Amino acid sequence: MSYVKSLTRRDLLKTSVAAGSLLVIGGGFVAASNAAWALEVTHLKSSTMATLIQMARDIYPHDNIADEFYAAAVKGYDTADSKGPVEEGIAALNAAATGRGHASYLATGWERDRVDILRSMESSPFFQQIRGGLITGLYNQKAVWPVFGYEGESFSKGGYIDRGFNDIKWV
Amino acid sequence: MSVSFDKKDGNVVVVIGTGPGGGVLASELAQKGVKVVALEAGGRHGPEDFVNDEWASFGQISWLDSRSTSGSWRVAKDFSGLPAWIVKGVGGSSQHWAGASLRFQEHEWKTQTVYGNVTGASLLDWPIDAKTMDPYYTKAEEKLRVTRTGGRKGLPGNNNYKVFEAGAKKLGYKDVHTGRMAINSKDYDDFVACQQTGFCFQGCKWGAKWSAGYNEIPVGEATGNLEVRINSQALKIEHDVSGKVTGVIYADADGKQHVQKARIVCVAGNSIESPRLLLNSASSMFPDGLANSSGQVGRNYMRHMTGSVYATFDKPVKMWRGTTMAGIIQDEARHDPSRGFVGGYELETLSLGIPFMAAFLDPGAWGREFTSALDQYENMAGMWIVGEDMPQETNRVSLNYDVKDQFGLPTPNVHFDDHPNDIAMRNHAYKQGAAVYDAVGAVRTFPTPPYPSTHNLGTNRMSAKARDGVVNKWGQTHDIKNLFVSDGSQFTTGAAENPTLTIVALAIRQAERIASEMSKGNI
Repeated sequence: MSYVKSLTRRDLLKTSVAAGSLLVIGGGFVAASNAAWALEVTHLKSSTMATLIQMARDIYPHDNIADEFYAAAVKGYDTADSKGPVEEGIAALNAAATGRGHASYLATGWERDRVDILRSMESSPFFQQIRGGLITGLYNQKAVWPVFGYEGESFSKGGYIDRGFNDIKWV
Repeated sequence: MSVSFDKKDGNVVVVIGTGPGGGVLASELAQKGVKVVALEAGGRHGPEDFVNDEWASFGQISWLDSRSTSGSWRVAKDFSGLPAWIVKGVGGSSQHWAGASLRFQEHEWKTQTVYGNVTGASLLDWPIDAKTMDPYYTKAEEKLRVTRTGGRKGLPGNNNYKVFEAGAKKLGYKDVHTGRMAINSKDYDDFVACQQTGFCFQGCKWGAKWSAGYNEIPVGEATGNLEVRINSQALKIEHDVSGKVTGVIYADADGKQHVQKARIVCVAGNSIESPRLLLNSASSMFPDGLANSSGQVGRNYMRHMTGSVYATFDKPVKMWRGTTMAGIIQDEARHDPSRGFVGGYELETLSLGIPFMAAFLDPGAWGREFTSALDQYENMAGMWIVGEDMPQETNRVSLNYDVKDQFGLPTPNVHFDDHPNDIAMRNHAYKQGAAVYDAVGAVRTFPTPPYPSTHNLGTNRMSAKARDGVVNKWGQTHDIKNLFVSDGSQFTTGAAENPTLTIVALAIRQAERIASEMSKGNI
């Protein structure tokens, strides 16, 4: 993915506001709060992208997977074509949050409260589009496979015939 | 590849499809000196370009043309545009299959007689039986080099099998082993032994798993009697005023249409495309489609009673390592109505990689109940359930006139409702599968719903009487004597076993019959 890594931590912090574990930066960037990476946002509002990343994590929460991979999974929605429906969907998500007394979806502190909000819109095409897209967008990233212990391609290594296809010890 | 027949040559046999049915038939006929043109809708892939990557492989080899679904089966909800997970290309679904090669049990040829009247089911005895098929099964087992047959040894058990076997034995199951598999358990002259790579479903990069694509078709081509035309999708079968078929209209890679004349046409496009082709070939003489005087074309669609059971443990399994399906429990395959259903089921080891596990473990699910299961992926074991489902006339492939394909033809709709017997059997299998894993300390078990159908059967079924089905005991259509069906759509009933070995055995037998009838001048 085309992260912008050249921004300095100071640049980022100068113009940013906290958004959950993410920073929303003026000028079209979303970044990790430790400034380890930043994602340039062209069509969507930065706050929309940050909300989308949080929504992705709340749908498929894996505590061992960093935000960077959720960002990679949804960055494809930052297009002219997707802008309308995504801004609309995130606006509905925020409306559901404010309807429950929260300032916004991102400002909803507990995961269980955010999940309640998601449940309330589970049957919407927007939710289903985001959820369905994550199946390949998140889990088909080779970089996340090691988190699950999955080893991927094995032919080039000669398969597992000499590499532990039957190495289980506990049965 | 070297031979090329004239499209006006009406002496050739045209075989439509090159999977375990059509591919074997085409090659066997060519080896008997019969001139064959095989029309293959897809391209040609093999070990040299198969990929160890689930989604990339899915895009490379799957049949992805537009299809629709209806009915109460869960596939229609979870995968509405993908009723079947099958292959488009030389070798057909034998590129993708897991290799499990089981004979039908004797009673499974006679289910109407043995099971009796089952409400809502259109059970029928096959017009052939275990005795008829025994020599052809033996030939098929030799051809596929099936392990644990003909003196061949079994495959070694992988990690997933060891968990499965330990649980099965604790539960008291007796008939538990690493399967009868069309995967080499030793090196042969031309083919290497299984290297325990996994990715059996993505096409074996070692060529250690039998495929019609690289094991049969090249043998046929080497005779100079077989021409395989790739990217050539059959659109319509033509006939003359006497009602005999005369050739096949097909589209090439550019969509340009051609007619290949034929002495005999054999349809082997899998149980969705085969009836679709017969229905799309309707004419003023045959307004309901070819070979459809019984009204049975497309009916009695079967897909096996399936499902999976996955389980997580507190220690690593690494189930993806090694042969995907080399493990079986056969104790539940018997017919024993005391369990609350007729027929039986097999339990077979199965694993998916993380990309497919995310898509198939519990389609549509989200949140921590789901992700905490995936977090335990390394500690997961898995099995597949495959059992006999009840044929029902209303389960059918029909034409969807609202959605046309790239050639302007109606697309297939696949309608399926589970029969109460299917549901009772699935629930029993879920319970037994979970018990296998619980016996070795499972932390959680997951009754996973069916995937898009890999075993598509029965839409041109074999029957003794013309009114009950589409083809006779040779796979020859009751209505048109030079039109044959050569794939799993011939199945009268589905049995509990993975169907490929039976499809191959039927193709070997049909090749003998066609060559013999041709030499006698009967067709």
